[in-house]
Amino acid sequence: MPPLARTLRLMFVPILAISLSLIALSALLAVSGYSVTAALAALWHGAFGSWSVIASGTLVRATPLLFAGLAVAVAFRAGILNIGAEGQLLAGAAAATAVSVTISPAFGIVGSCIALMAGAAAGGMWAGIAAGLRQQFGVLEVISTIMLNVIMLHLTGLLVRGPLQESTATFPQSALIDQALRLPRIFPGTRLHAGVVLAVLSALLLAWFLRSTARGFRLRMTGANPRAAASAGGIDVARVATSAFIASGAIAGLGGAVEVTGVTYALYENLSPGYGYTAIAVALLARLNPMAAIGSAFVFGALEAGAAAMQREAQVPAGMVGVAEACVILVLLASEWIGTRARGWSTLLWGGAPPQPNLSDPAAIGELE
Amino acid sequence: MNTLADFLDASVRSATPLLLAALGETVSERSGVINVGLEGTIIVGCLAGLAAATFVGPTAALATAGIAGLMFAIIFTIITIWLGADQIIAGTAITMLGLGLTGTLYRVLYGDSGAALTAPTLAPIGIPLLQDLPLIGSALFHQPLPTYLAVAMVPSVWWWLNRTHSGLAIRATGENPAAARSSGVSPRRVQTIGSLFGGLCGGLAGGTLVLAQVGTFAEGMSAGRGFIAIAIVALGRWSPVGAAIAALFFGMASALQFLFQSLDLKLPYQIFLALPYMLTLVALALAKGRYRAPAALGARVGAVDIT
Repeated sequence: MPPLARTLRLMFVPILAISLSLIALSALLAVSGYSVTAALAALWHGAFGSWSVIASGTLVRATPLLFAGLAVAVAFRAGILNIGAEGQLLAGAAAATAVSVTISPAFGIVGSCIALMAGAAAGGMWAGIAAGLRQQFGVLEVISTIMLNVIMLHLTGLLVRGPLQESTATFPQSALIDQALRLPRIFPGTRLHAGVVLAVLSALLLAWFLRSTARGFRLRMTGANPRAAASAGGIDVARVATSAFIASGAIAGLGGAVEVTGVTYALYENLSPGYGYTAIAVALLARLNPMAAIGSAFVFGALEAGAAAMQREAQVPAGMVGVAEACVILVLLASEWIGTRARGWSTLLWGGAPPQPNLSDPAAIGELE
Repeated sequence: MNTLADFLDASVRSATPLLLAALGETVSERSGVINVGLEGTIIVGCLAGLAAATFVGPTAALATAGIAGLMFAIIFTIITIWLGADQIIAGTAITMLGLGLTGTLYRVLYGDSGAALTAPTLAPIGIPLLQDLPLIGSALFHQPLPTYLAVAMVPSVWWWLNRTHSGLAIRATGENPAAARSSGVSPRRVQTIGSLFGGLCGGLAGGTLVLAQVGTFAEGMSAGRGFIAIAIVALGRWSPVGAAIAALFFGMASALQFLFQSLDLKLPYQIFLALPYMLTLVALALAKGRYRAPAALGARVGAVDIT
């Protein structure tokens, strides 16, 4: 099959999902009595209106989504349903803030690195709780990670009203991180910071890890079929799954650390507008492929940035974007079924059965790479 | 009124929506369907209850909330049971959908200000004589309708699951769908019923929250109750009676903040907000090995076979 046709076929379902979600969004706008054209125009302007909007809006928002999306992808690939990227991201943000407001600004870039590492460690530890509960006590990670998300949200609330509160003790937020410890801006005149480079590098690294290393192979095997991986592959499945879970948390935690040192410069409760949940959509749209997650995070970054503009310019509630994101996930899930039904027609068109990735079956996704 | 009686009263009040949601989820999970979208279903019930209350009064609004929950669960049911998608991922999306949709609709219906709109609420119904009992009188016999409904549902659901043919079909499907199918049961139909019943109860739980407790709607007011209800099902070892005990335990954990406030202990309120979730984790860990989930819970059934 020609490469172009192959690419087009792989892109078909994601494009379908985004299109259908935009249609759903338009319908909801129309039903709610908003001007669809004005709202969508605001969405477009807010996402792609100019280079500075792309850099300051879309790319800045895509960065935490990419980190969290990678976190979800690596966990799902290992067969771990980590719904806790939100809490792990906040844990990373809290730890990075704690480090940044404590150490001397003289550390400069080294200090930033320490803060980022602290963030990754905290995210990993927060995921480690769920990993330990899963391994030792058989607690479903879906339930435990959701519980840990809520606990971390309240813990953050506690921190910014207690130990980490700014010196005047008026606002529920931490002190501002010193100029010298912030991530450098990389594009003059915009808010785009070095974190975006870090996020893309992480994606490339993760893609290489999964595809080309023995550990990556073991991780994929564990997710694809744990029983076969253990018996035929001699893989210590429990250990691989636990490590993947902790690594997943560390990536999300790094995302949180990047967010405070690159964008907000302070810790507060509503730091993340649900990045950890949107990340599930990011990962699924990318079919759990780290490279594709770059593109998928960009799409959702645009959607989030556009939604903010839609709220500013057309007074559309931001909750609508949540609806659109949920639609993306649901359409992707439904398209598996459509995909199997469409196989007959596809065979007629392309001559030969195309691979039909099963979104929640890592084995099938692995075959596509 | 003494402090302890108030505490018990608040415990039962907090436990009611949790129990309603958990009973529905128990039936759903016994049929093999875990619905993480319960959180979204509850908040849909909240908004439906509020919207209906101004037109038809609180009692009919409670029913409306239940029906709204059931309708919302249809989306989840189609995607997972009929199209064979992963239940956890679909459920997460359903929660996002419910939270986003209700937040949007609330602003559209009642204006951007998000002004506190008050709904007529269900008054407590006192049971003569019993409500005057010391300590437990108010907690058990002076409660609004949904509490009695939830309490009545505990034996009813138990009876349904354990003493009827359809209950047997539900349990069989949750344990071994293939075997259930070979004995003439359609797993798909059974799971549809289980899942929709879960939606109905989730909607009722949301309605209870608005119509018997808060009296208004706020974005995200379900505040994780759907997730706690799922944990309650596991803690209650997938039995209605167990769910009732676990729900009461959580009601008490939530009511602790009122008790501590009245005792004038200076503790940050975030600790009380996080407490039920921390207790869930501890309780789930301690329950290790003492319970077993339905064998086919979360498995894709009937996605390929036409039943």
